[in-house]
This record gives sequence, C-alpha cells and structure tokens, in this order.
Amino acid sequence: MSVDKSTVAKIARLARLHVADDRQEAVASELNGILDWIAELNEVNTDNVEPLASVTGHALPLREDVVTDGDYIDDILANVPETAGGFFVVPKVVE
Amino acid sequence: MTDYLSLSATEARAALDSKKISSVELTTAYLGAIEETAGLNNYVAVTADKALEMAAASDARIGAGEGGLIEGLPVGVKDLFCTKGVASTACSNILNGFTPPYESTVTANLWREGGVMLGKLNCDEFAMGSANETSAYGPAINPHQAADGVNLVPGGSSGGSASAIAARSALLATGTDTGGSIRQPAAFCGVVGMKPTYGRCSRWGIVAFASSLDQAGPFTRTVADNALMMEAMASYDAKDSTSAQTPLQDLSGAVGKGVKGLKIGVPSEYVMDGMDSDVVRLWEQGQEWLKAAGAELVEISLPHTKYALPAYYIIAPAEASSNLARYDGVRYGQRVEADTLDEMYGATRAAGFGDEVQRRIMIGTYVLSAGYYDAYYLKAQRVRRLIRDDFDAAFGKVDAILTPATPSAAFAVGRKVDDPVTNYLNDVFTVTANLAGIPGMAVPAGVNQDGLPLGLQVLGRPFDEATLYSVGQVLEDAADFSAVPALRAGGAS
Repeated sequence: MSVDKSTVAKIARLARLHVADDRQEAVASELNGILDWIAELNEVNTDNVEPLASVTGHALPLREDVVTDGDYIDDILANVPETAGGFFVVPKVVE
Repeated sequence: MTDYLSLSATEARAALDSKKISSVELTTAYLGAIEETAGLNNYVAVTADKALEMAAASDARIGAGEGGLIEGLPVGVKDLFCTKGVASTACSNILNGFTPPYESTVTANLWREGGVMLGKLNCDEFAMGSANETSAYGPAINPHQAADGVNLVPGGSSGGSASAIAARSALLATGTDTGGSIRQPAAFCGVVGMKPTYGRCSRWGIVAFASSLDQAGPFTRTVADNALMMEAMASYDAKDSTSAQTPLQDLSGAVGKGVKGLKIGVPSEYVMDGMDSDVVRLWEQGQEWLKAAGAELVEISLPHTKYALPAYYIIAPAEASSNLARYDGVRYGQRVEADTLDEMYGATRAAGFGDEVQRRIMIGTYVLSAGYYDAYYLKAQRVRRLIRDDFDAAFGKVDAILTPATPSAAFAVGRKVDDPVTNYLNDVFTVTANLAGIPGMAVPAGVNQDGLPLGLQVLGRPFDEATLYSVGQVLEDAADFSAVPALRAGGAS
C-alpha cells in the first residue's frame, strides 16, 4: 500500500487541505515513510481481537432530550471571520 | 526578605494562610520572574492585570477564612485550554486572535479553588510534537542548558508548562497529555508531571487533538504540590461524556504513605536499542530505591509495548483529522478568501496549519479513507486492546510499574531530523498509558553525564492515582534531585 502523487491529491481533497502540485511528490514520500513504519503492526496476530475504541469502561450517559443551553448569538458570532444579519457568511454555493 | 520563588506550592499555601505572605506579593514576584526569563519564550501571553486582580481577591478570601485548595497560588495555563476573554490559540496560526467566550472546566475548577492566572503557556501546535518546536510562536526553551551553552528543547507538547515550572516563572501549570505531552517535558525539565486516568479531568473547553487519548494534568516542582493541584483540577463533568464519576482519592494523604509492601512491576520490554546508558542506570537505581523503602520488585512482561507507537500514529492522527475538520474559516479563526467554498476551505487550512499538523491530518484522512479503514484504523484499535490487556494482566500481579520516562535527556533546539518518525520515538515509554487509559507520573530522579535532568515514570491502575503519589514521593526523597537550571528566575544559585 504505497501512496503516490495522485493519492496525495485525493487525500488532500478529502481533508480540504490545499497541497500544491509541486509539493505532492514530497508529501507522498513523507507519508510512505510513516506508513512503512506503521506496517510493523502486521506482525501482530489480531484474529478474534475486538477493536478498542474507548477506555472509559462506562456507557455513554443519556439525558432528557430538552434544551439545556443556548441563546447567546453574540458570543457565537464573536469570533466569526465574516458575519451579516446574525449569520455566518461563506462564498456563494448556489447559483 | 522572603524568597517567594523558592517556596513550593504547599509551603506558599501555608505561608498565605498564616499571613506571612500575601498573594499579591507572591504573584508580583512571579510576574517579575516571567519578565526576567522572557527569553525562554515559555509564555505566549501574560495576563498581569488579571493576575493581580485575582491575587487581591484571594487575599480577601484568605482574610475572611475562606481560601480554596490552591488559594492565592500563581498558575500558568497551557494555550490549549480555552480561557474566557483571553486569547486561546493552541499555538496555531489558524486560531490567531481567537478569544473564547467560555472557560474550560479544568481552568474553571482551578479559579474556583483560588488559583491566580499568570498567562498562557507555549506548546506544540495543537499539542502535536515532542519538542515544542511546532508552535506558531516559535520554540520554548529548556531552562537547563548543556555545558556548551546550547539551548535545549523543553520537550513537548506541554513544553512551555514544564519550562515555566523549572524556571520558577510559574508555581503551578496545566498541561495535556495525548501520548506523553506532560510526562516527557516534565522529565526533560526536571519537574513533576502527572497524566491522570482517562476521564479523571474534564476535556470540556480544551482544544481537542485525539479525543480518546487526551487528558489534562498538573506540572509542579514537587510530588506533594502535584497532588494538591490534581485535587483542584479533577472533577466529574456532565459536559464531557467520557468524564468519570469514580470519586477522587485522597491524593495529598497518599503523599508520604510510603511503598512498604507494595509490589512494583519492572517490564522487561522497556529497554530500547540505542537507549542512553544513563537512563538504564537511573532506572536500576530507581528500582533499588523502592526496594530499600520496602517495596517488592516483580519482573513483568508487557509484550505488545513495541507496537504502541505505530498504533498511536494511526489512532491519534485519525482522531485529529476528524477533530480539526472544524477549522474551516467559517465560524472562528483565520480565513483565506477564495472564489468558491471548497477553495476557501483548502486555502484557509493550508495557510493556517503548520507542517506537522498538516502531515497528521493527511495520515489520519488516509487511514480513515475507504478501502484502508480496516487495514489501518481497525487494526490499530485491535492492537490497542492487546496493549490494554497487557496492563490488565500486569496489574493482577503488581500495584504500580516503574519505567524510564524518556529514552534520552533533552536535545538541542533545531536539531536536524530528516525522518518525522525519529521525533515520534520520544514518546516510546509514555504512549502506552494513553492507549490503555491508565495514569502515569514523571518524577525527576537524576541527571545524565552532561548534568541534564532525567525522569522516572510510575504507571498505575485506572483511578489509582494515590499509589502513584506514594511511589512518586519515595522516588523524590531518595533521588534528592537538585540540578539547578542555568536559566531560572532569581539567579542560578
């Protein structure tokens, strides 16, 4: 499983992270270095081993589905790069 | 004249209570220390006015006989913690100027217990690094220096926190630890650092790196100070769904209880090729100290240790790539304008994130992408279970585990490293605790041939921080660590 230039372009697109054409070769080589090292894991027999996603040992707590917080639009918009009329502003997405 | 900076937190707390000193005097001394050691670049923002205000309020509360656990004690806060009205950037350009309208639970707990906020401490960008060199504010410097006067890294990611404690420009400091980011810098700077059990401290309001691994913890000069600060930081918090309801033990009471009758595990797998011989010597010395204090040493095996780092470098980047998706230039942080929404996202993130953060986002996105998820991400989670099982088996036989904290002492700022994996190996002894969710503490225990600090690590059962404080105090007493940093406030003498 080796990463090439076109895989870098695809991953960059998925991550919404612009990687310039002339950097893609170098990024591929870096990622391959890390992935080669990670491949050590293939030495480990994990047949019949369940993946461990959480170490808390407790189930996620549930609560009533009611509003417990909110009503501070000004706080939420305080750090916005661009705002108008109480909304977030982004480049036009619908023609 | 009182030498404010040489008081430990427990000493300062007693002096405040008996009115020998005031918090305003103590805080003023620390603000002076920050100025004096500004060259260490361990603070990214100093909140002097706020500090003096909080100190005056503490003095009033002490006067009224109402002081909290850390009333009047000056605290530095890693820039990963959101602090209301004070810029919080995770030392990343993408959050440049971000000023949270809310306070993290951990810092809120500290202020409720009387802590005085000195400012925000330097760290690796989004806590991704082991040398504090990925910070958008430039590297923090270790107050300890090599004989040749070359500046050394304080470790990372909580490098500013460890540096400030060692330099005496903070009495208490917060850190976070995802793969060793408290314990490794504590060892490099010769201070005490604790990563508690996963769930012990609330993650609410801390900038997320890898949510299943991140834990906050205290940096202090002594083990007793550390227990005190841990008691002030920890809480159950309904705002963090992974927060634990298990009651906190009496940690200050555990300090000084000794290790008589305790079984201490020594894992044969914690020996690495090319490990500093001083580290091996100190580890053996630590075993002797515990034995002399009445502990029984037990050889144990943690067979999957060598697979912890590769598993971590799948799980942590995967979680990071997901967590960092929120930095999109829409709701907060920096934005680079572009014609379309997608171009705006791509340009904003490329400009705002540094190289190491981008590298980890790319790795994380790759291992989670269609066709690779099973081979990488699920494989790593299976190995994570085997690592946890290793510890479960070991803790059936022993009460705590003693290991080196790091494979070497601090290295020079700016050392050339061609392969990112070389940097990742710094966390080889610490990362297992994050994957297993268990507590780990680094205690300064000696110096290498160049006089640089080395630490020992104590690992414990989930929610048994108390035993670590008992073991840590025995190590502290036996080691009598006295290496004085060349660059600390109040002179080196």
